[in-house]
Amino acid sequence: MAQILSPLPGTFYRSASPDQPPYKADGDAVSAGDVIGLIEVMKSFHEVRAETAGTNIRFIADNEDPIMAGAPLADLD
Amino acid sequence: MLKKLLVANRGEIAVRIIRAAQDLGIATVAVYSAADAESLHVQLADEAVNIGPPAAKKSYLNVEALLKAARDTGCDSVHPGYGFLAENAAFSDAVTGAGLVFVGPSGDAIRLMGDKVSARSAAAAAGVPVVPGSAGRVEGLKAGREVLTETGFPVMIKAAAGGGGRGIRIANSLAEFEQAFPQAEAEALAAFGDGGLYMEKVIGKARHIEVQVLADGSDAIHCYERECSLQRRRQKVWEEAPSRALSDGLREELCASAVALAKAVKYSGAGTVEYLYDHEADRFYFIEMNTRIQVEHPVTEAITGIDLVAEMLRIAGGEKLRIRQGDVSVKGHAIEVRLNAEDPAKEFAPFPGQVAELRIPGGPGVRFDSMLYQGYQVPPFYDSLLAKLIVHGETREAAIVRLIRALHELKIGGLKTTKPLFLALAADPAVRAGDVHTRWLEGWLSENAAALAG
Repeated sequence: MAQILSPLPGTFYRSASPDQPPYKADGDAVSAGDVIGLIEVMKSFHEVRAETAGTNIRFIADNEDPIMAGAPLADLD
Repeated sequence: MLKKLLVANRGEIAVRIIRAAQDLGIATVAVYSAADAESLHVQLADEAVNIGPPAAKKSYLNVEALLKAARDTGCDSVHPGYGFLAENAAFSDAVTGAGLVFVGPSGDAIRLMGDKVSARSAAAAAGVPVVPGSAGRVEGLKAGREVLTETGFPVMIKAAAGGGGRGIRIANSLAEFEQAFPQAEAEALAAFGDGGLYMEKVIGKARHIEVQVLADGSDAIHCYERECSLQRRRQKVWEEAPSRALSDGLREELCASAVALAKAVKYSGAGTVEYLYDHEADRFYFIEMNTRIQVEHPVTEAITGIDLVAEMLRIAGGEKLRIRQGDVSVKGHAIEVRLNAEDPAKEFAPFPGQVAELRIPGGPGVRFDSMLYQGYQVPPFYDSLLAKLIVHGETREAAIVRLIRALHELKIGGLKTTKPLFLALAADPAVRAGDVHTRWLEGWLSENAAALAG
């Protein structure tokens, strides 16, 4: 199992905008380089990408959670 | 006079408002999110109320939580600051509806000025020159083509409900226009739920000049102008007053037009009428009116000696304007620079963190408006403005020399800030000569950004 960690402190979002579906749902397969969420830091948005592939992603952080740098966002099998 | 004020904001502007209120003997209540419990505004206010989690939507934008905090602490008034809910007409209405005083204009005035089309119509009706373009919303591509005879190319297509530089497209030819117009319509509908568009001539090398007004609902005065032509991504980074680009005659005309607009809409409080100034044609055009206190208000305070936030509080408390137009005069020249937690050497990437060391500049003609203290942890959840350094001198040249002196005194350890940008700008010949326009800085940055490490 791998963990996807937040590269930045800020607010975590699971979708590109409030009216869009989440990038990934719990249980989805993920390829290396897939966007799994956004971190908003001081009003600028940064994509979070999976570094490795996996068959089953499970989010630890909820949408709009405040996140510190290095905090786990999701588990990945 | 107001008795107890809820400050519905954070950061340096909350500190600024608390100071003005305390100077007038008004009790203050700060609000804070869970991320701001250690903030300076919380420490300085007489009381403080936790209004929710870090996300602004759940705290500083939470109208219910703000009104509850005001009720629970017995406040009679709310100051919105800038940003967050400052130009939200529904918030102004909700505050008034709760039996409190909103320190700012009525919901109706905010609505009128917040919609670009109605603001432009109001300005034109008050005799304020507007940029050649559509008189109101442009209904469809055919109507759009007719407006082109007024504007020529390049032409800007803007979403009526847009703001902050969003929802803007520029077309340089008829072919580009025919392609961009329907796209802009669809985009505006998706982004703002309102597909309304309007069109404006693009003014090539324009300066951004804005007039500060104060009004009490019937009378209005101006406090002269500010020039904010140094912008990055349509965000101001360096503001000054007065503008050296204007002749005395045009200055009086410009300022009188802002007063005419404020009176025409029965404005109350502090406001700013923004213009583009076409240097070559020596003409100015209305862009929009901001119905709030602005970040750059201290440069006006420096040259006029007027405490704008205190005047807002007096007007909100029911006083008539105390200052007559004839009493407002300009002394010297002031410059403000915005110190943001951003790394100018890395495309202004945000840089939250802890203030490991802090040395604040001082001495004659120097003002430092900030929420910083040594050990303060700058949270990542809000905008990146840390401090505003304002310098005042007898002349623009003296102000720039003083700016450089004060920047050298300033030390913010542990963070990357925009300080190196301002040292470089203050030394640049074009800035020294005042020979800039609103797109000048972006060009300059593409050549000089790499040298801004520091």
